[in-house]
Amino acid sequence: MKKVVVAMSGGVDSSVAAALLKEQGYDVIGMMLRLWSEPGKEESNRCCTPDSMAQARRVAAKLEIPFYVIDAKDVFRETVVQYFLDGYARGETPNPCLVCNRQIRWTFLLDHALALGADFMATGHYVRIQQAENGRMNLLRAVDRAKDQAYVLHVLNQEKLKHALFPVGHYPKPEIRAIAERYGLPTATRKDSQDLCFLAGEDYRNFLQRNAAELLQPGEILTRDGQPVGEHGGLAKYTIGQRKGLGVASAVPLYVLGKNALTNSLIVGTQEELGLLELVAREVNWLSGETPKEPFRAEVKIRYTAREAEAWVTPIDGNQAQVRFDAPQRDITAGQAAVFFQSDVVIGGGIIL
Amino acid sequence: MNTLQSSHLQPCYNLPAMIYLDYSATTPVDPRVIDAMAPYFSNSFGNPSSVHRYGQAAEAAIDAARETVASILNCSPDEVIFTSCGSESDNLAIRGAAYALREKTGAKWILASRAEHPAVTRTLEHLEKYEGFLIEWLDVDEQGRVTPGIVSKAICENTAIVSVMYANNEIGTINPIKEITEVCRENHILFHTDAVQAAAYLPVDVQSLGVDMMSLGAHKFYGPKGVGALYVRKGTPLISHLTGGGQEFSLRAGTQNVPYIVGFAEALRLTNEERDQRVTHVKPLRDQIIGTVLEAIPDSRLTGHLEERLPHHASFAFRDVDGNLLLTLLDAAGFACSSGSACKTGNPEPSEVMNTIGLSRDWGLGSLRVTLGVHTTPADVDAFLKALPDLVQKARRLK
Repeated sequence: MKKVVVAMSGGVDSSVAAALLKEQGYDVIGMMLRLWSEPGKEESNRCCTPDSMAQARRVAAKLEIPFYVIDAKDVFRETVVQYFLDGYARGETPNPCLVCNRQIRWTFLLDHALALGADFMATGHYVRIQQAENGRMNLLRAVDRAKDQAYVLHVLNQEKLKHALFPVGHYPKPEIRAIAERYGLPTATRKDSQDLCFLAGEDYRNFLQRNAAELLQPGEILTRDGQPVGEHGGLAKYTIGQRKGLGVASAVPLYVLGKNALTNSLIVGTQEELGLLELVAREVNWLSGETPKEPFRAEVKIRYTAREAEAWVTPIDGNQAQVRFDAPQRDITAGQAAVFFQSDVVIGGGIIL
Repeated sequence: MNTLQSSHLQPCYNLPAMIYLDYSATTPVDPRVIDAMAPYFSNSFGNPSSVHRYGQAAEAAIDAARETVASILNCSPDEVIFTSCGSESDNLAIRGAAYALREKTGAKWILASRAEHPAVTRTLEHLEKYEGFLIEWLDVDEQGRVTPGIVSKAICENTAIVSVMYANNEIGTINPIKEITEVCRENHILFHTDAVQAAAYLPVDVQSLGVDMMSLGAHKFYGPKGVGALYVRKGTPLISHLTGGGQEFSLRAGTQNVPYIVGFAEALRLTNEERDQRVTHVKPLRDQIIGTVLEAIPDSRLTGHLEERLPHHASFAFRDVDGNLLLTLLDAAGFACSSGSACKTGNPEPSEVMNTIGLSRDWGLGSLRVTLGVHTTPADVDAFLKALPDLVQKARRLK
């Protein structure tokens, strides 16, 4: 019997993932990671509250599978939280969930799963895996496009895909709920918020204030041609495309266009100036394991919630890729990922420069 | 012992066969104990306080159980109070005597070792925080032992109670109770011992031990969970903290849990009767575990005393190992063990006992407790010893 470790959260998706795999005849083990929280805020960590831990434990008992909690506090603090702080220090808007998926879930936890003798690791993510004719594993978007989570999993590679199972990606969400009901599992979905687990439900600015106050130095607000128009309260407090809360008097609405971490200045401009035709992504991961030799057409997604846009993607030296959109895109944000799709298949992605 | 077969030890899930090596956490109930208990759930279901014959039958069962326990403890039946567990016994002993003595003599100091079970330490912290008692924590040596010398140095005329456990749950170390009670007796100080771990293997004669109060719990010696007892020497000042009806000599109110009390007595009777056999069974296996582990696993050490330890108890510390993770790996490989830093929430901290015996964090987090019982076979031990070194290495690699 093949052994699989399911990363459980106590929510409906990972619970159903475990149930489906058990139904499919796998020897299933439930696991949960204890992630880092700010001291005193452990109760509010979105991914591992005592509540969700108890819930996952109940689900495991119901499915009659063993359940273990693995301590990942230190490694999470050192990689994910540090990445988050470093990103803001560089004037970017980091997406720590990508690092969590790559370093914590699909490295740290996968290593533990394999050490336990598992052949596979599964999560409740809405994506699919398909083996191509040449034996290569393809990561595909979920059947339920509205729930698709391929964006955050573009960090996987062939080695990890070989060990990965994503059973819920093959079903529309309502069906997952129905399966949960059939098994008597919890059907509540964790609020699909974009909040990071370690922010304890608070605004990220409060977290920065407490943990990296040095990132919140006031500085100048400049127009693109260097004209000072006001003062900002710390670059990290702003996101690209933001309009509200700039505190600048202007005849036309002003938007955040960019940040200059070296001079600690916030660059603003008009709505027309927001649109960009081009971006460059660094640390590009090609899921096939091979860098494409030619430029190729792709649908490119520049944020978790963004709509895909048609573009030419050109691999360039230094593990980078240049993306040229057919039409200007708003809010291209350094630190977020640009992910390249061809129909349902995830081709690759990298961090926007 | 022959009536207990390994086949009784299947966990509830349909997992491949597991090997249970956590008898200090709890034991399966001996089928002979279950048989003894059974009538008191149905036919003889009466309330022992009732006048009618249903009540009389139940009361007779409790009386018989009390006499059995008393004869094993070498005390009189009215010195045995049945409770709901070992922790309740500890609470009744310490709180009850602390309140009574404060009222009687004004004594406010309580001495206890730093390596006590939380049932004692938390109770004392509570008395300190909310009741104004003063606690003096007795140091233990590197093997976790309290010496008579430490006790005699610490006591003063204001000392109300000394509480030192008979044997330690985490590291198996046996304390020199007789020698300590001699010191207490000379100074007319009340002595309590938590014998919850010890009772499964060590003699529990209260006269030869010289204790004034002793806590017991049935589930450590093949009795049911949910029942304990407290020995209280006649004349010991004690105030009830579970008030109500006059049960248990007005020291512990609440309708007696008749079947469980019967089970307690039967389990203790069997333990007493089969003590030598059980020791002879587990000790060589335990010694094999200690010898092999220390030899086969680098950066490993025994925790607790090498000789003065419970005969079924082996405990270790491995440097740079997450003890919790080791338990997970062991469970997945089919072995149920325990650790001083065990926690189900992935939030490991070295236990107080590990800190107290002077283990640094890199050792203290990597503790492992292996405790054997009547079902443990040489083949179980061989399989465990074969698997452990690789699992420790795996745990180290994952760190």
